Amino acid sequence: MTTVVRDGRLQDDAFVDASGQDTLPAAGPVIVSLAQWQAGRDGLLARGTPLGIRLQSDQSPALVAGDLGHFAVVALEFPKYRDGRAYTHARALKERLGYAGEIRAIGDVLQEQLHFMQRCGFNAFEISGPDPERAWATVAGDHTVWYQATGDGRARALDLRHPAGRR
Amino acid sequence: MYRYDEFDHTLVAERIATFRRQVGRRLSGDLTEDQFKPLRLKNGLYLQLHAYMLRVNIPYGCLSTRQLRKFADIARRYDRGFGHFTTRQNIQYNWISLAETPDILAELASVEVNTMQSSGNCVRNITADQFAGRARDEVEDPRPWCELIRQWSILHPEFSYLPRKFKIAVSGAPVDRAAVKFHDVGLYLRRNAAGEVGFEVIVGGGQGRLPYVGLTIRDWLAKDDLLSYLEAILRIYNLGGRRDNPQKARIKVQVNALGIDEFRRLVDEEWAQIKASPLLAVPAAEIDRISAYFAPPAWEQITDEAGLLVRQDAASAAFAAWRRANVVAHRQPGYAIVNLSLKATSMAPGDLTADQMDAVADLADRYTLGELRVTHRQNLVFTDVRQKDLLAVWEALDKLDLATPNIGTITDIVACPGLDFCALANARAIPVAQQIGRHFQSAAALQDVGELSINISGCMNACGHHHVGNIGILGVEKNGQEFYQLTLGGSSGADASLGDRLGKGIPAAEVPPAIEAIVGTYKQLRNPGERFLDTYRRIGLEPFREAVYGPDAGRRREVA
Repeated sequence: MTTVVRDGRLQDDAFVDASGQDTLPAAGPVIVSLAQWQAGRDGLLARGTPLGIRLQSDQSPALVAGDLGHFAVVALEFPKYRDGRAYTHARALKERLGYAGEIRAIGDVLQEQLHFMQRCGFNAFEISGPDPERAWATVAGDHTVWYQATGDGRARALDLRHPAGRR
Repeated sequence: MYRYDEFDHTLVAERIATFRRQVGRRLSGDLTEDQFKPLRLKNGLYLQLHAYMLRVNIPYGCLSTRQLRKFADIARRYDRGFGHFTTRQNIQYNWISLAETPDILAELASVEVNTMQSSGNCVRNITADQFAGRARDEVEDPRPWCELIRQWSILHPEFSYLPRKFKIAVSGAPVDRAAVKFHDVGLYLRRNAAGEVGFEVIVGGGQGRLPYVGLTIRDWLAKDDLLSYLEAILRIYNLGGRRDNPQKARIKVQVNALGIDEFRRLVDEEWAQIKASPLLAVPAAEIDRISAYFAPPAWEQITDEAGLLVRQDAASAAFAAWRRANVVAHRQPGYAIVNLSLKATSMAPGDLTADQMDAVADLADRYTLGELRVTHRQNLVFTDVRQKDLLAVWEALDKLDLATPNIGTITDIVACPGLDFCALANARAIPVAQQIGRHFQSAAALQDVGELSINISGCMNACGHHHVGNIGILGVEKNGQEFYQLTLGGSSGADASLGDRLGKGIPAAEVPPAIEAIVGTYKQLRNPGERFLDTYRRIGLEPFREAVYGPDAGRRREVA
């Protein structure tokens, strides 16, 4: 069983990532690849278990825009921490496509990126390294001021400067 | 100039605290160099040939005397007593110890300076016309917009891991002193047909291995739409810029591959979705708050000193030569803009010692309003000198070796640090610049040749902007030896162009004679009053090629 950090705490994860596998587990929540979803959509829905989809960094969530209601998890992959496309994908999911489920960061997820990820809409993290909870705790207080607004509702510095002009 | 408020101070302080922790983890071995690299780069720290190099932002080139004194202090205490001003309005220190870096950042923060995003694959220091707010030809002061963009770009949650670095420059004047067309995004403040001031937006310019003159993506953009439009461009780039090859990862490659029309279509499609977003709206009160920092200073109500200056010119040919080359008209009567030349032959282009920094700060406090500017041609500027003080300022600068009358001339050379410092370089740049400087030392020679820019890069990465020098010099390495390739006809102005290659590379010792042959050809063939660039554009490469390589140059070239 894998573990995921949510709300700063390490939690067991009920999902099995079957995205790289030829056959899916017979029962239980699974995460599938875009190709698996496109090839076996009806069968997956017939399982009656929670579903997740794993998207690579060159796979836009817009490709599954009409299906997002079926997914409890959208896992966005960071093949390398340097690949920043998933930040844009996460914002698109949350702010544009109306997705309200779990957006999970997977792959090369380092503690230094957690703030950026959170602000873009990620709310679950498979953090690299031996002690993900400690990694989270280490960076938790790093940033209290931001110059940008995203869909997370945090006020920008300029909103705090001009309370009357706030959204 | 802009001052930090509590939010700016907190943001920088938090960033330094994070970096201090990261440095600690690196020093303890908890982070490998590979893991640490992107973290240090985002804070301006490079690992060079001999030591760490720290690049410090001077946002849009504006500097207070307090900040300059801090630069001197850091040069003395943490480096070897000097700093290097770059082509992107940064100052770099070349001999930095990793363990001391967090303390240096804290020192810089105490005078409201930071190193955030001066490197790495993110939006870099925002640059601007060094005469912003003082130039006579300005449509509007670009600095408030630079500051707005600076804040929007710093620690952007979505755009901190771009395919490659991203440089933005802004000019408020039609005469381009900021090389706007050679940036990933360039902005010109312009009036539209209705007389409203907005931005012409240029995209996809750049130098390096694949030089491109930027293209206009939008003729006119309303000020209110600035951030949403920039965000649309960055999003299209973040998603579509190449990530498989760092050499091809800049936005210029994406724009060129798609074509400007298709790129524009993608940006417009994205922009339509966010144009009205409250997330990107900036209240007028914030624009007003930022603009207030750039309001015209309390100039004295004085008049021009034409008579006095003519008499002073007559009394000193050296003063007259300096005034002609280094002093620029100011928008306010009785004042002048003074360029400080960091191109004396005694120093590397753009270098300033700690003692010079302190002395310059003292002069700026005494004769100007306590501020100065850094130019993308690696010089400094006093923005507000009373014309009646010019003689005294000249005398003082001359004592500091900062009054070489060569701004815009053949010895006002832009050069990267080259193989003397840089891990990427193939050849030295500084000694070549100094050789040329010594070769054309006399004020009379400089005046005779007139406006002619030389840019030297020690490798194809083109940090010395050789592509846009009227004469460009590129260092290359062949069989363990340094050679220099010359290009002619480059320009970073509004009439932007890339230089054309003159011929095969030549050894360092042959560079000054080659430059002399090029200049001789120009002097022979120019029309009265014609600049080098215009002569070159009129007569082409051939006469210059012949002058450098000999009359049978064409045939030899084919054999080679």
